[in-house]
Amino acid sequence: MSLDIDGSEVDVVIAALHPNLTTFLEEWRPILSRYHLIILKDPDMKEELQIPSGFDHQVYTKVDMEKVAGQTSINFSGHSSRYFGYLISCKKYIISIDDDCLPARDDQGFLVDAVAQHVTNLSTPATPFFFNTLYDPYRKGADFVRGYPFSLRNGVECVMSCGLWLNIADYDAPTQAVKPDERNLRYVDAVLTVPVRSMMPVSGINVAFRRDIVGPAFFPALRLAGEGKCRWETMEDIWCGMCAKLVCDHLGLGVKSGLPYVWRGHGVDGGDALESLKKEWEGVKLMEHVVPFFQSVRLPRTAVTAEDCVIKIAGMVREQLGPLDLVFKHAADAMEAWVKLWKAAAPQSQINS
Amino acid sequence: MASVPSTPLLKDELDIVIPTIRNLDFLEMWRPYFQPYHLIIVQDGDPSRTIKVPEGFDYELYNRNDINRILGPKASCISFKDSACRCFGYMVSKKKYIFTIDDDCFVAKDPSGKEINALAQHIKNLLCPSTPFFFNTLYDPYREGADFVRGYPFSLREGAPTAVSHGLWLNIPDYDAPTQLVKPLERNTRFVDAVLTIPKGTLFPMCGMNLAFDRELIGPAMYFGLMGDGQPIGRYDDMWAGWCTKVICDHLGLGVKTGLPYIWHSKASNPFVNLKKEYNGIFWQEELIPFFQSATLTKDCTTVQKCYIELSKQVKAKLGKVDPYFNKLADAMVTWIEAWDELNPASSSSTTTPAPAEVPNGPPAKGK
Repeated sequence: MSLDIDGSEVDVVIAALHPNLTTFLEEWRPILSRYHLIILKDPDMKEELQIPSGFDHQVYTKVDMEKVAGQTSINFSGHSSRYFGYLISCKKYIISIDDDCLPARDDQGFLVDAVAQHVTNLSTPATPFFFNTLYDPYRKGADFVRGYPFSLRNGVECVMSCGLWLNIADYDAPTQAVKPDERNLRYVDAVLTVPVRSMMPVSGINVAFRRDIVGPAFFPALRLAGEGKCRWETMEDIWCGMCAKLVCDHLGLGVKSGLPYVWRGHGVDGGDALESLKKEWEGVKLMEHVVPFFQSVRLPRTAVTAEDCVIKIAGMVREQLGPLDLVFKHAADAMEAWVKLWKAAAPQSQINS
Repeated sequence: MASVPSTPLLKDELDIVIPTIRNLDFLEMWRPYFQPYHLIIVQDGDPSRTIKVPEGFDYELYNRNDINRILGPKASCISFKDSACRCFGYMVSKKKYIFTIDDDCFVAKDPSGKEINALAQHIKNLLCPSTPFFFNTLYDPYREGADFVRGYPFSLREGAPTAVSHGLWLNIPDYDAPTQLVKPLERNTRFVDAVLTIPKGTLFPMCGMNLAFDRELIGPAMYFGLMGDGQPIGRYDDMWAGWCTKVICDHLGLGVKTGLPYIWHSKASNPFVNLKKEYNGIFWQEELIPFFQSATLTKDCTTVQKCYIELSKQVKAKLGKVDPYFNKLADAMVTWIEAWDELNPASSSSTTTPAPAEVPNGPPAKGK
């Protein structure tokens, strides 16, 4: 599968929240060595990064972020540093993987090439308007089932690919606290399109997207007051993902979920989920406000690019959610700041609509 | 062999409905799993033929003469010379749950070689909530070893009652005739170890080969339409029932699951015969899908029957112009409900579910 992938169209973005990337990169070497890596050093990190040789890579630090972004309401610290990588990339495909994830093995024991699978997902159509019960109809050995309308069989462009995690699944703090020993051992051999209008939690741990089409919708905006370095202390990816799904739904673009898996857990223990609970509870409460809001958003026909959509959503967030919590007002500011940055940093990435 | 529970779950609450025209030899393979349950066999075709049921099964059998006798003039809504006649079995059942399976479907094996107890999996699916309002990326959150993922709203984690469990097929996949003609040798060998809820507002092609549902929650919506003898269409019976069912489930806040269990589908039907049956359906489908995607039911449709009657009116109003067949079908939908209520008097007012959700099925999706 990787023979068909044009490496020059791919950037792999890694936010380094841990200084020593040796194990991470050595384990990923068979898969990542052919791609350009954008490595972001967490602005809060004091130590130097340790990166093994043999990788085509570029490291960006707090200094670079300040140079490009200047005075901005956007906070690139922690997991949000990866967004800076999305911003300065010029490639068609972004693959983004957390630095505590290693390559997984599939149910046959073979190493999963997560990059190749993501690119395959993004370069085959999605089918958001009608559910195919045999999942991805474009996969070898599968097809559309009886009763699937023929006019919908061309599908639409897939612009987001949401991968999954074996071992330590992406649970929130309460679930992690209640089930500290649970491990995700189930390899589900499917890619499927998440239907239009269906909301979903997009995890930033293992995600890929078409930067040239939906890059503007992948923004760091919702920052919890107590946001920390553990994934279950963040909601930034969940917020961004729900907005991005809205944008995709409005623009008639597809989102897939399922393969590839990564193996999550390197350097992650169950963690002190109970401690995190104090911080993430805030996020859990916020989600309750967020759901009715997203259910009700309707974007105007005049919004024809991702940038247009994000600006519109930001306005609605400020107006409808801003009064509920300051965190939403800041999110709206950050979303607008992001679109400005996006337009300034990479003018050639704007869609000609 | 898969484990057969010592006290089979829902033994007295579930009927297995099997349409057949040939024989029921396939039941031998299913014996360990089906024998504790009551079977309703709907014999299609020539009623003078005797269908031999293997020894040891507790069953009732209905042929065309029985259907005519029991329903009288209303028997016109039950298809003849098509497996759509199976819905008669749903109507006469007195049980809460139905499992229906085709007579060319056998026990499948999972990747470890273990036999799959399809019925037990369907029961699990039906007894466990669905999650139609928000997609869980780890599929069924109630499954052992899984849960809701980060970001999944807590207020939605109780889920919705499950009305339908749609199973899949290994070996011969359920393709339409054109696809069968293009790919005659394709076999489904991929075992996808997942059960998932089809989100609210999304339609799907419901296959009747390996299907279970909660008759009390959704039974009256499971009308398999007018197919077969004297009808301009075939092989769209389960599709029709599935689209009506999904619209009604979405309206009433009920869930539809798809995925496990797999059965082994052994027989590939003749694609040329299929093409003739499906021909009109392939074109009509293009009108039917936008119709169902934009169908809305009012707040006073609080029971399945009321929803269904309302749908039948919309079918007549909007699809009658596609082909006169749909006028006949709309009438048959009404006849079906009348017959259902006659045979199931207690349920005619009892399937009242909580007030329908505020958000309608959503704006029509744009087909590209």
